[in-house]
Amino acid sequence: MTVITSSTSVHLAPGHADAARITPTEPSPAESLVPIPKQELVQLRYNARAYVRPAYWNEPKMTFWERAYLPEILRGLSITTGVFLRNMTRWITGRKGALTTYYPEEKRADFAPRNRGKHVLTQRPDGTPQCIACNMCATVCPAKVIEIESAFDVNDPAHPKSPVRFEIDYSRCVFCGLCIEACPEDAIRMVQDVPGLSSDNRFNMWLTMEEMLTWNPQSDVAKPYPPKGGLPITRGDLSSKP
Amino acid sequence: MLPDLAVTLVFVAASIGVLMGFGGLLTWVERKQAAVMSDRIGANRAYIRIPFTNIQLVWLGLFHGMADGLKMLLKEDFKPRTYDQLAYTLAPYVVFAPVLLVFAVIPFGGMIDPGKIIPPLADWFGGRTYPMQVANLNAGLLVVFAFSGLTILGTMLAGWSSDNKFSLLGGLRAGSQMISYELVMGLTVMGLILVFGTVDLRDMVQQQSGTIGGVLPAWGIFYQPLAAVLFLTAAIAENKRIPFDLPEAESELVAGYYTEYSAMKMGLFMFAEFIEIAIVAALFTTLFLGGYNLPFMNDAGFMLPGGTSVALSHGVVVVLQVVTFLAKLFLLCVFQIQIRWSLPRFRYDQMLTFAWKLLLPVSLANLAVTAVVVWFKAGSP
Repeated sequence: MTVITSSTSVHLAPGHADAARITPTEPSPAESLVPIPKQELVQLRYNARAYVRPAYWNEPKMTFWERAYLPEILRGLSITTGVFLRNMTRWITGRKGALTTYYPEEKRADFAPRNRGKHVLTQRPDGTPQCIACNMCATVCPAKVIEIESAFDVNDPAHPKSPVRFEIDYSRCVFCGLCIEACPEDAIRMVQDVPGLSSDNRFNMWLTMEEMLTWNPQSDVAKPYPPKGGLPITRGDLSSKP
Repeated sequence: MLPDLAVTLVFVAASIGVLMGFGGLLTWVERKQAAVMSDRIGANRAYIRIPFTNIQLVWLGLFHGMADGLKMLLKEDFKPRTYDQLAYTLAPYVVFAPVLLVFAVIPFGGMIDPGKIIPPLADWFGGRTYPMQVANLNAGLLVVFAFSGLTILGTMLAGWSSDNKFSLLGGLRAGSQMISYELVMGLTVMGLILVFGTVDLRDMVQQQSGTIGGVLPAWGIFYQPLAAVLFLTAAIAENKRIPFDLPEAESELVAGYYTEYSAMKMGLFMFAEFIEIAIVAALFTTLFLGGYNLPFMNDAGFMLPGGTSVALSHGVVVVLQVVTFLAKLFLLCVFQIQIRWSLPRFRYDQMLTFAWKLLLPVSLANLAVTAVVVWFKAGSP
């Protein structure tokens, strides 16, 4: 209550007739506390503001020449100029004076062995994709970049569903690898190599099934690779099914 | 009359061409040099395709500058709703024009006799010779400072008329910085005026073609080594480049006083900055590095320290002088860019303290010592 009245009194001019009337004559409980003397308050505020930087255990100690600044400038300049001249000599003598890679014309050779580069579709021994078009990868994909169109083959009861179109939009792929984890058939994997899809058109950044089926390693622990194309497809026995 | 006009027009065109060329080239040099010294490749994608063929000219990414210019010309020219459209529109030009004007008094070559260069026109020129300079003023250095002082107006105008408090702050910072460092710049040059006894830049260059004691070329940097360092420091600060780029600080302040400028108006500010690199280099060359002359060289030929002299024909001398000037200019530009990519930025208070508490007293002391030495030398003979 007193807060309100005192704030109202602020809006009145000192000489206003109401000023004396509205200003509380009796101190409220809050104001009855012992007020801090003004001089002390100033000192307190000053103390609160003064900031002493803590000294760290590894506080750098500059020598006189370092504090003189100009020698250090020259030293820094000599370092950068040295690097510049070294790289420039390499460029002029026909070598490469940079660590960066000229992508996509050239690719890094030192990708980590478990790098999640691009997707491949594994194949059965007869060369058909192992994918059963269950759409689990497309469902789990956080970026929603996998599109699968499935076909139905009544003559192959063991794998009745297969993809006719399996495409990944690399302009949006986040390379998280969740599709690999979701796949029940080990049909999709990611390899070290990166997709060479740099383009100024986002519609050129789709990897199609034909390209993803070109994975052909010499051996694989999980599968009989390389797939032997042209083998007769092992069909399930229709009569044994209930 | 007509030959004079023709020669002057040629010089004007050449100067503007050189400055514009340097301005465009330096944008590329800056990017490429930064890339090379940090183990990168740098701009190398923009190309020009020869029409009807599949030949793409990349030329180490030289066309990136053209692509940038084209982009700035074609971008939307955004205008803030400021109350002072005139000042807002005028500011880029007030920054840009004086930068070009400064070059008018800088000599980029010795005396030229056009009749000897182009023999068929010898009669028309009638054996007259011209100094290779747009305006051969005997107040050269004063004109330089008069015009370079105008750019402060442009930056403050830009900051003030943008109707943006951050631009205003940027303009204020730019103003205080430029005024502080212009003072240092003037004081450092004062020592040089004492040594050479003139403010005429052409006269200064001719005095620098001699030698000190017959061995050392009589360049300003040997007379005034401290002033040369101070001058370069102050000139870089005047140009608001790293380590003194507090007012604009591209990555942190979104370009300070020209935040509200877009398209080619912003391009003019940037271009003025790049041309000013070349101007600073030209001034430093003229004042401290013997201008257009190689060491031991004058308009007649070489005067080597051993007493041997090599006479050169007029055409060779003219070409050599212009090439020397441009080479010195380019190397100094490269040096400034090297500084820009090597040094960390000052804090604002450090920068002003640096100007007022270090550079100013040191340049005053330098001036005092120079004055005393010059007075003794003048009194002794």
